Amino acid sequence: MSRVAIIDYGVGNLRSVEKAFAATGCEAVISADESLLRNAERLVLPGVGAFASCMKALRERGFDSLVQARAAAGTPLLGICVGMQMLFEVSDEFGTTDGLGLLRGRVRRFENDLVVPQVGWNRIRQRQQHGLFAGVEDGSFCYFVHSFYCEPEGADLVVGETDYGVRYASVVARDNICGVQFHPEKSQHVGLRMLKNFCAS
Amino acid sequence: MLAKRIIPCLDVDNGRVVKGIRFVSLTDAGDPVEQGKRYDAEGADELTFLDITASSDKRDIVTDLVRRVADEVFIPFTVGGGLRSVEDIRAILRAGADKITLNTAAIENPRLISDCAETFGSQCIVVAIDARRRVGGTGWEVFTHGGRRAVGMDALEWTMRAEKLGAGEILLTSMDCDGTRDGYDIELTRAVSDAVRIPVIASGGAGKVEHFYDALVEGGASAVLAASLFHFGELSIGDVKNYVRSRGVDVR
Repeated sequence: MSRVAIIDYGVGNLRSVEKAFAATGCEAVISADESLLRNAERLVLPGVGAFASCMKALRERGFDSLVQARAAAGTPLLGICVGMQMLFEVSDEFGTTDGLGLLRGRVRRFENDLVVPQVGWNRIRQRQQHGLFAGVEDGSFCYFVHSFYCEPEGADLVVGETDYGVRYASVVARDNICGVQFHPEKSQHVGLRMLKNFCAS
Repeated sequence: MLAKRIIPCLDVDNGRVVKGIRFVSLTDAGDPVEQGKRYDAEGADELTFLDITASSDKRDIVTDLVRRVADEVFIPFTVGGGLRSVEDIRAILRAGADKITLNTAAIENPRLISDCAETFGSQCIVVAIDARRRVGGTGWEVFTHGGRRAVGMDALEWTMRAEKLGAGEILLTSMDCDGTRDGYDIELTRAVSDAVRIPVIASGGAGKVEHFYDALVEGGASAVLAASLFHFGELSIGDVKNYVRSRGVDVR
């Protein structure tokens, strides 16, 4: 049984995520194999590009219900970037698109004078103690690329925040489900440490 | 808010580094992966690989290099040099690069910028502009071929056009300052930064830590790039970061 399965639903390059897990000493595989995904110890839901096309690709493969079922059964699940956004109920990107609804809240576009997408290194302010932050200093920089951000319903979901004209949730968690808006696989030692922490959760 | 970025640049020829950092401890100083890892460990915020391979039939060498770097370097990296089509770029991004730079190809065919931005997103499209101050006149002109060939375009106008076409970032090199170590062209950097909303990476002329501060603060650049200064080990990424941080610039 694989420790970590990175869900391959035909979107983006997942190799960096796989290699980043490997660099932390954690065995991870990229997979589109349903039985492997049903049996993996932990699941990673990546995502790049548009929310709607990611959801569509996930649904076409039937992985939306798979992720929902495994999350409900208590499997540790990590959403990365658009993968984090998909954990929520709905996104405002190009009209509205339903997400997986595992976390309450919506996904909104940055509406300020700053350049969108936000691309670069920004700080994570830790709002709650969480296993993902073990060994990670408060205020550490991570690497972001995104135009939309998650607006959870209820402050209890927000474990880390970032300021980009608006203060928004960059790390969210509830029980076995967590999500990060930045790219841990591109966030050097801080990102690698958080992936390692996810494996130890 | 976003941190200002310090970016080392490595020149790569036939998959080997020809201008990168000179670390005696490296077992293979020509290996882009080893050099990339070393800069990563030093605190570089990004890496830029400039492929100077003359022959265009060696694309697979570059793709393989990108894949090997992506496997072991966990910071964003950019690949430029000789990319001429959406298909060239697709191969490089698939192999694991985070961004690509377009220079001559975009000047010859500006639609390449919008085609790439629509296909891959603006966030991974960096337009590189080599500019030289007009002799006896005002403003700057765009050059290609290492500053030897004027293309008859105004640098500010080209920058604004590139932004409109979908560039996510501008890599701005002053051909007057490049190699001089007398500092970046602050006036040019400021003019370009003020003309667009997208991030501007200042390049060309870094010689000491103060120069980086000037480009970031006086020039308004979002990032600073240097090659030979880091290459010869005269300054480390850490030296630059410590200095600009001591003067109040937010860096990682």
